[in-house]
Amino acid sequence: MSTQEHGAHGGHGHDDGHAHLTGPAQRRRIWMVFWIMFAITAVEFVIAFVMLRGMTRNVLFIGMTLVKAFYIVAEFMHLKHETRNLILTILVPLVFVIWLIIALLVEGTWYGDPWFFGSVAAASEEL
Amino acid sequence: MAHGTSTATKPNSAWRGGVEPYKASYGKLMMWFFLVSDAFTFSTLLVVYGTLRFSSPTEWANPENVFTHVPILTEFFNMHPPLAFVGLMTFILIGSSVTMVLGVEAGHRMDKKTVEKYFILTIIGGIMFVSCQAYEWYNFIVGTPHGSIHLVEAPNVQIERHSADTANAKGPVILVESHGHTVKMVVDSVQDSVNLKGLVGTYQEDHSVRIMNGKHEGWYITKENVTALKTHPENVVKDVKGATLTINEYSQNPSFANLFFFITGFHGSHVASGVLLNYIIFMQVKRGVMHRRGHYEMVEKVGLYWHFVDLVWVFVFTFFYLI
Repeated sequence: MSTQEHGAHGGHGHDDGHAHLTGPAQRRRIWMVFWIMFAITAVEFVIAFVMLRGMTRNVLFIGMTLVKAFYIVAEFMHLKHETRNLILTILVPLVFVIWLIIALLVEGTWYGDPWFFGSVAAASEEL
Repeated sequence: MAHGTSTATKPNSAWRGGVEPYKASYGKLMMWFFLVSDAFTFSTLLVVYGTLRFSSPTEWANPENVFTHVPILTEFFNMHPPLAFVGLMTFILIGSSVTMVLGVEAGHRMDKKTVEKYFILTIIGGIMFVSCQAYEWYNFIVGTPHGSIHLVEAPNVQIERHSADTANAKGPVILVESHGHTVKMVVDSVQDSVNLKGLVGTYQEDHSVRIMNGKHEGWYITKENVTALKTHPENVVKDVKGATLTINEYSQNPSFANLFFFITGFHGSHVASGVLLNYIIFMQVKRGVMHRRGHYEMVEKVGLYWHFVDLVWVFVFTFFYLI
């Protein structure tokens, strides 16, 4: 294909116009993100053992996981410094995942329901 | 066709070719698109996990009670810190992601030696993670030392909170709340009757059974009453040890083990193939292929794959082990 052109372009798709860090400043940022991730994971563990199981705890976990995911995708995978259209191309299709979550949790949890199967024994046989 | 409109297209139009869409190279763009598709696959697996868990007709397992093995601490000191090992695995994988991104940064500066160093660290991290996962699988498959009991039907279990002497069983079996080996004493004897259907209990060293999931998690059935439990005509119980795809000792729902193997196995195979890819590109870097090309973009591309593997683990860790 156009592999010869890659050498000419230098492959640096993000060099134009984005004021992103280089050298020691970038390395500092990378280590900063690592310590942030470490701290969030530590907090998750504390919550896991201190808080009682329930909706609040789950919401906190999911929230912290999304923060970690943001840092991995934006900083480690460098997406924050790519062009806006690439960011949208990657993130907008994830709306289908949101749909899947809502669809299956709202519509899919009838699976073990004895009302649907008529009896609990019948329900457990389905497994 | 379109020959009449060709003069209408601007001379520097992207349709004429030679322009990188999104200012990203072909390889990088395709890696991103592949990662989006893989993200859909993993999301599907995790959503199915949630659906089966929250629609389960029997009680699910409590991950804090299942994943308690730590090398050396468990084998030699009989310690069972819950989720400690999984936390270590998370730390290892995030650490290897950091070394990967530091390698990518070194590649931007054409610093071959540093790229090699960080690649080696990343590969070691990946191998450590897969080894840890193998240890987890082994302990999961083998199970607890004495196995557990599935309480398929156990309708008339009486709770007796006050008596340390549970040999005086009134009714089919007695469920005793105790912390360690001392029974909690309360003033009034409250005799409730509960149905332990759908629960699972693990055999302890003294042959008593500790309930591992559900509302009565942490309660004990003493040794004498375990026998009574098994012989009573209304009860249906089953001794299970270890885990397979069709039955496991942690939950009466086989999907728990099933999904554990599938999700962590699918992720683990991604880690393993990532290690292989990292090794191949590391050898290329070592031979100077990137330097001759004039850019280290291949390092960035396999870096994307590696970070994706880490990202998936963050989600698996939350949904499988924490929630």
